[in-house]
Amino acid sequence: MSALSSVTAATLAKDLRLEWRSKDAINSMLFFSLLVVVIFSFSFNPTAEESRQIAGGLVWVAFLFAAVVALNQTWARELRNQVLDAYRVSPAPAVALFLAKAIGNFIFVSVLEALMMPLFVVFYSLRALGPAWQLIPAAALGTWALVVNGTFFAAISIRTRSREIMLPLLLFPISVPALLGMVEATSSILTGEYSAKFWIVLLAVYDVVFTTACLILFETVLNAE
Amino acid sequence: MKYLYAAYAATWLIHIGYLSSLVARYRRLQREIEEARKK
Amino acid sequence: MKRAFPIFALITAGLLSFALYQALVVAPTEQTMGDVQRIFYYHVPSAWTAFILFFTNLVASIVYLVRRNLKADAVAVVSAEVGLVFLTVNLVTGPIWARPVWGIWWTWDWRLTSTLGVWVIYVSYLMLRRFSASTQTPVLASVMGIFGAACVPFVYFSIWYFRTQHPSPVIGRGGELDPRMAHVLLINWLAFSCFAFLVCWSRYRLERVRREVEETQALEALLETRSVR
Repeated sequence: MSALSSVTAATLAKDLRLEWRSKDAINSMLFFSLLVVVIFSFSFNPTAEESRQIAGGLVWVAFLFAAVVALNQTWARELRNQVLDAYRVSPAPAVALFLAKAIGNFIFVSVLEALMMPLFVVFYSLRALGPAWQLIPAAALGTWALVVNGTFFAAISIRTRSREIMLPLLLFPISVPALLGMVEATSSILTGEYSAKFWIVLLAVYDVVFTTACLILFETVLNAE
Repeated sequence: MKYLYAAYAATWLIHIGYLSSLVARYRRLQREIEEARKK
Repeated sequence: MKRAFPIFALITAGLLSFALYQALVVAPTEQTMGDVQRIFYYHVPSAWTAFILFFTNLVASIVYLVRRNLKADAVAVVSAEVGLVFLTVNLVTGPIWARPVWGIWWTWDWRLTSTLGVWVIYVSYLMLRRFSASTQTPVLASVMGIFGAACVPFVYFSIWYFRTQHPSPVIGRGGELDPRMAHVLLINWLAFSCFAFLVCWSRYRLERVRREVEETQALEALLETRSVR
């Protein structure tokens, strides 16, 4: 077990260091996220009352698109330098590589969300009528759902033609329950009309099931030849 | 009730469409086999 | 074996005709919706058949991953494709039923919406099969088959709960089922299951031929490059 966590930690640290040094991905992602928020604001221009009803959906669709752009380049560096082949022959557990990538993506997308959210609050004059603290577990669980499946499907899509389009084609259908959960949790917290509890529990169960599936099957995908 | 007949017709149209695509694919494969044999 | 197919096809044709007669003539007319309700006898069996086929896909995917048996992979692609055809029938007959009953084509009714969610999952499965390199397709597709099947219960459950919070018009039967109607429903299900089996059988034969041709072409390409050197 310690081999797993040390390899994971090392890989994660390496990725974060590389990202911090180059900052190319994060700069483009930041600007992309800002653009998404602005375009959504032009396209959907609701009143304060309406905005609370639809903000949940808007916010998460925006995050989804930003996340896909981030996820698409998850394995790009590894591919360029034949790291995946090296991983296949090394005794390091494949799961460690996956976890490192997934956690890295989670941190990355969470940072994006934290930066985009205030913009949404400002543009749509959002104010939570329900328990606002519940947004944190909802967002965390929802983001993990997107990221864990996204990292996994990114590994699958690099083996296909049209790899950039393959990732959303695989991710969106499977993410439907999670998306519904995130949107409904956010909407119920903003409008205060319903309890978000069911959706948060649903997201948690979804996360457990799909994280397990990803962990079990990643090695198979890594070794697919 | 024309909707009833439309639904039943649509069902069979979809099934016939799929079966036709199978036939077309099969014919294309047969053609490829023929060409390969000629070579 | 060669004889079995046409014989079975004839039996199926007979069953389907009998089932159609049962649905259109024998089954009692529903009180509130009238004759339009008879769409039910085609709409529901299509969904049941599709889900049996998707379950077959799940089993075949798991068998492939465990045993690496290519026949299992062939069964997987066949069951996914044919299952999708039947699910498409369900998705098309649903709105045709909704229109006269509710006046609108799509009501975001929970069953139909969940079906759409599942439909989209298996379309993406087939797209993955098409876009991946053929040596890797079985492994990648089996993995996605498992993910897809795991997602189905979540799709249904989440959309069901969403609909209990935000109710909308429901397509399909509201409550009790008249036993005579249940009888006709089962007959149609039997007939469509036999038909599904026939279609799968045909598709499987096509798949066998396709794979042989592909292998031969790959072998030829290999030999050509060798001889050029």
